[in-house]
Amino acid sequence: MEKRVTFRGWLLPLCLIAPQVIISAVFFFYPAGQAIWQSLFIPDPFGLSMQYVGLGNFEYLLSDKFYRASFVTTGVFSILVTLVSMIPALFLAVMADRLIKGAGVYRTLLIWPYAVAPAVAGVLWLFMFNTRVGVVSWYLGNLGYDWNHVLNGNEAMGLVVVASAWGRISYNFLFFFAALQAVPRSVIEAAAIDGARFWRRFFTIVLPLLSPTTFFLLVVNVVYSFFETFGVIHTITSGGPQQSTTILVYKVFADGFVGQDLGSSSAQSVILLIVVGLLTVLQFKFVEKRVHY
Amino acid sequence: MAREIHGMVEKRGAGLWLTHVLMILGVLVIFFPIWLAFVASTVTQPEIVRPPMPLWPGDQFFENYKAALFSGVNVPVATMLFNSLVMAIGIAVGKIIISLLSAFAIVYFRFPGRTFFFWMIFLTLMLPVEVRIVPTYEVVAGFGMLNSYSGLIFPLIASATATFLFRQFFLTIPDELAEAARVDGARPMRFFWDIVVPMSRTNVAALFVILFIYGWNQYLWPLLITTDPEMNTIVMGIKQMFPSGDDVADWPVIMATSILAMIPPVIVVVSMQKLFIRGLVDSEK
Repeated sequence: MEKRVTFRGWLLPLCLIAPQVIISAVFFFYPAGQAIWQSLFIPDPFGLSMQYVGLGNFEYLLSDKFYRASFVTTGVFSILVTLVSMIPALFLAVMADRLIKGAGVYRTLLIWPYAVAPAVAGVLWLFMFNTRVGVVSWYLGNLGYDWNHVLNGNEAMGLVVVASAWGRISYNFLFFFAALQAVPRSVIEAAAIDGARFWRRFFTIVLPLLSPTTFFLLVVNVVYSFFETFGVIHTITSGGPQQSTTILVYKVFADGFVGQDLGSSSAQSVILLIVVGLLTVLQFKFVEKRVHY
Repeated sequence: MAREIHGMVEKRGAGLWLTHVLMILGVLVIFFPIWLAFVASTVTQPEIVRPPMPLWPGDQFFENYKAALFSGVNVPVATMLFNSLVMAIGIAVGKIIISLLSAFAIVYFRFPGRTFFFWMIFLTLMLPVEVRIVPTYEVVAGFGMLNSYSGLIFPLIASATATFLFRQFFLTIPDELAEAARVDGARPMRFFWDIVVPMSRTNVAALFVILFIYGWNQYLWPLLITTDPEMNTIVMGIKQMFPSGDDVADWPVIMATSILAMIPPVIVVVSMQKLFIRGLVDSEK
């Protein structure tokens, strides 16, 4: 879609678009280009010169068992975060949708966690499960379960998943609730007259009508768990124990800034660029099919 | 009549109560981490380090918040709050301004390179700061912008999302308005200020809420470029308050800081709820 009526001139529009273009060039495209360029080199230990290695960094990465493990960790993490954030959100939205009165109050309360930064959410959950002072870990200990996410990789993963999913429940709830409100009453009522009970109506009519929203949320939650959960991981586990919570984005940071391995970190950035590209294409494919409120 | 039909699909009686009970349980579970942080920010350190800590607020509210705000651990939390405020407002206002301008250029002009620039802006969607951290850090360091507000703000300010949102909106502004402005001999910028900007008010406000929270909640970027505690933002500064090694963390002050870190975005979201939901749903389209 294009405007039929436009203004003349080319200098003014170039000036108008310049701030956006300059900032994108300096802080987006140049660094991305640098990442691609640096991924082809290995700097010497003193950082004085660079040795061209072609795709050596990538070959090394893909044969590195820690990097491959990080891929698996990221996959498990993002699937769990997506499920743990979407299922309770859908349940709460269905409950809220059944109410004629009071749904607004619950919505106001449920929005809160969305505003809490992932890093702050990490601190809150760390506090509850802290091995020394945590309330939840203390009660678990009383029940005979010895919680220790500092040593146990599965418990560490569970904790970062729940802390990451927590704020997303709000986000998903808002989208599911809006979609449920848009389901035509007449369809539901027709099914009710035909004798379909609540859960039967839900699974045969409502859930299929929600599928565009569900697919959309699946994609954005995966994107979220890939790229926006750094704060949670850094505050709770710092990628440990034994790298069991080192997702790809965390590894770029750990290798590039902590380990100072620039060639490998750049190659990881390039691989992530490809992942973001694929996810963005996926996102746009589903955006077209989405319900518009 | 309408009421009776409602009665058919919405729950009444016991079912209605059950729904309310389940909703309240859900809200309580979701709220528990925040409640516990608040309780911890109102009790003394000994009450926390000898578990289980109480589940009801104590009487140390003023002491803990005063200690956090004016002394903190590395730097007073008031300083970090101020830094976060500058960063969040800088990012939100900056993104809105450059996106309004570039969307106006793309929609209302035909100029050389238009399609190229449009795709260039579009591609920034695929370059989150997380995937280009090392080179972006080097650029910012090269400009001498480490430990500065401009270093915190500029690398995060280009936004394809906001540009597309405004572009979509501008396309819905009736052509007659631009036509009339042209017939009246109004210059493009006059049309921009008198017609386009006032008409975009609601969109600007909705976007401001989203972008303020985006800026406020940034973690990785401030962590990389603010090595000076005086420049720490509150969201990244909390982690810095934990002692290294085996020392015991000052939990009441840390939890008071966590509560302070969530108050501004929560106020923005809850008070501008309608705009926020609209902005959220729109910006994801």
